[in-house]
Amino acid sequence: MKSNLRSPAPGALMRNGLLLLLALVLPVWQALAQAPTAQPEMAEVLRQNGKIYVVVAVIVVVLAGLLLFLISLDRKLSRLEKEVREER
Amino acid sequence: MKRNWWKALTVILLLYVAVAGLLVPVPRLAILNESIRNLYFHVPMWFGMTAILIASVYYSVRYLRTPTAEFDIKAHEAARTGILMGCVGLATGSIWARYTWGAWWTNDPKLNGAAVAMLIYGAYLVLRSSFTDEQQRARVSSIYNIFAFAVAMPLFYILPRLTDSLHPGAGGNPAFARYDLDSDMRLVFYPAVIGWTLLAFWVAQLATRISVLKLKVYEKQLA
Repeated sequence: MKSNLRSPAPGALMRNGLLLLLALVLPVWQALAQAPTAQPEMAEVLRQNGKIYVVVAVIVVVLAGLLLFLISLDRKLSRLEKEVREER
Repeated sequence: MKRNWWKALTVILLLYVAVAGLLVPVPRLAILNESIRNLYFHVPMWFGMTAILIASVYYSVRYLRTPTAEFDIKAHEAARTGILMGCVGLATGSIWARYTWGAWWTNDPKLNGAAVAMLIYGAYLVLRSSFTDEQQRARVSSIYNIFAFAVAMPLFYILPRLTDSLHPGAGGNPAFARYDLDSDMRLVFYPAVIGWTLLAFWVAQLATRISVLKLKVYEKQLA
């Protein structure tokens, strides 16, 4: 049964996904670290200066990562289901 | 892909909610401030939980009418997803309470009702794991699931409304009266409810498919 599996090792896929996520998040991290510390600006004054867009970007990246993981899990399951059906 | 359109819709709606939920203007209210945006994330957890628990009860009833392993698996995985959503709902509500009401937990009828309801569903998982015979497990847990739903829903939605409560939507509380009229918030809130509910169904479907596969592989090994 194992020889029929054509999908890449789940570990490798996971690693690739994690690397992609890191590559996406790290630049944003850099931007966060360089924020001025003298006067903390809040979303109240001007949303652009409050850097709310950075938060939005981070949340979108996190959510996209989770959803991509769900999609890949879904596909792997479909492949497995097909295999089990054909083996009958 | 034709049968999976709703998964694409889930992705689109949730990404929209993440962006619009943080950027679309909201009413300026004292105490709540920007935390009013939690409405797009905390409240849909409970909507999603209710929807998936209804699905769970549906499959429990179907199991009792026609006992097949598949109905039992569907009811179980739906209930598990509902419990997960409820726990996330409790946790997010607790954080929100800390910064608006000043305490992680208050002895509010809505909060305690939700906690008791979650414990009732926790007992469902314990009950399930205490059987070794599959058919007995499926039958007894189906019956318990129906009772748990019948007890939990009044605890969530009816009893808190009969008394005073801090929590909006329970008792006489005008805290959210302004967003009731705010069309900007509705533009995000309704997609959020649909998106998070669909996500719950997606997760439950994946869990169900894994369990069904496991069962099939196990049966094949026995044969």
